[in-house]
Amino acid sequence: MDKLFDFDETIEVLQYGFVRDALIAAAILGLLAGVLGPFIVSRNMAFSVHGTSELAVTGGAAALLVGVGVGYGALAGSIIAALVLGLLARRGSEHDSVIGVVLAFGLGLGVLFLWMYPGRASNKFGLLVGQIVGVDSASIVLLSVCAVVVLGVLAFIYRPLMFASVDPDVAKARGVPTGPLSLIFAVLVGVATALGVQTVGALLVLALMVTPAAAACRITANPLRATILSVVFAEVAVLGGIILSLAPGVPVSAFVTAISFLIYIAARVVSRVRAAA
Amino acid sequence: MAVLGPNGSGKTSLLRVLLGLQKLTGGTMETPEDLGIGYIPQQRALDPTITLRGRDLVSLGYDGHSWGFGLKGMRERKQRVDTAIRSVGAEAFANRPVGLLSGGEQQRLRVAQALVCDPDVLLCDEPLLSLDLAHQQAVSQLIDKRRTEAGTSVLFVTHEINPILPLVDRVLYLVDGRFRIGTPDEVMTSEVLSELYRTRIDVVRVRGQIIVVGAQGAVESDQPHHLQVD
Repeated sequence: MDKLFDFDETIEVLQYGFVRDALIAAAILGLLAGVLGPFIVSRNMAFSVHGTSELAVTGGAAALLVGVGVGYGALAGSIIAALVLGLLARRGSEHDSVIGVVLAFGLGLGVLFLWMYPGRASNKFGLLVGQIVGVDSASIVLLSVCAVVVLGVLAFIYRPLMFASVDPDVAKARGVPTGPLSLIFAVLVGVATALGVQTVGALLVLALMVTPAAAACRITANPLRATILSVVFAEVAVLGGIILSLAPGVPVSAFVTAISFLIYIAARVVSRVRAAA
Repeated sequence: MAVLGPNGSGKTSLLRVLLGLQKLTGGTMETPEDLGIGYIPQQRALDPTITLRGRDLVSLGYDGHSWGFGLKGMRERKQRVDTAIRSVGAEAFANRPVGLLSGGEQQRLRVAQALVCDPDVLLCDEPLLSLDLAHQQAVSQLIDKRRTEAGTSVLFVTHEINPILPLVDRVLYLVDGRFRIGTPDEVMTSEVLSELYRTRIDVVRVRGQIIVVGAQGAVESDQPHHLQVD
């Protein structure tokens, strides 16, 4: 326990190349999650992100079975999940139950795939809790390319997506293609989720994709400022979480979730104090 | 022009066709090439936690439908949005979170949102619904101001003509595929409405208000209609 705040060791570990790679990967992921987050919050998609991330695991398991890279499987799994969720859940009230239905079936498939896999899956299978220190420079390249594509598409659809997310009726009346936009956004979230699953793990994608944005939206109603704050919070949580976990060797996820949760609590307190003032 | 009629008479379909959300099953519609349409929806309380200020709502009306991030033309957008906010007297609350504003304040911003793109036609879908009397008057005065100052045509779907009666030039009354267009005095009479509804209807004028009395349930349902745009 006294290792928890051993800063000398932290600084020493930071010299390692693989640690730096992990931090770069995490920073890219934090940027992606922070930018997508406010849209996820305003479109009520937290559960959808959760479903997509679990199905990334199913995709990874399927890839393991057929002998393809687990990362590609996760990517395919979460994009398929995002499309299925987007197509089946056109009606708002059904959205929740559709995710539940697809999520349960998808996880069942994942269990089946892992059982069918002849080898020991657990070694190669860090998708549930992530394996941030397993990131190499090749996967950083893949991560960067995906991030650039996602951010580029998002910049292109930014205004209509915002319109469709916060004011759907008037957006439709003004000719915004709200249906196709939600599908495109679901795919962007799917890609980002798949990348997140491989670094922080499926169980913790929510901590980066939802919590920082939820905290930011508590503090400001200005959409641009909310996006900036959400990126800052996500970076603090993911980079801070990794650095703090280095010396004690505690799983990264524990610190990342704890920091983002603390930020969220602080944001709620700030907004409560402001409302009272 | 006020569009009146019972539920299911086609008021909504008329708006949807004009907005290009619905195809005609028969007949034709002619519109000028670059007709600018402003749309004011029913007041529906926005989510109180929504991450949006009043001015952002207005800004979406200006160029929310265009692709891209909108870095170009930021200065002009700000000017246009400021002007629209001023024209509806919403300066005091335009920077507050829109979800925390009252229904009347939100509806003022809705008017600004529709006016910011300088429309030739304003389509209003029950914009006074669920507002109190003072706000009903304020919002209809704002719409009328635009009509007189900029010559914008206004199509105003409503189930209650009285709040806007002094401002209306013409009434389109729809009942079950039949319709009548004319001034309020021409259309809102016992003879015309009895013919439209094919039952006996009495139109009574009391203290400048119009009261329509008919067979139970035939006229003026209390249920407002809803524009389904999905």
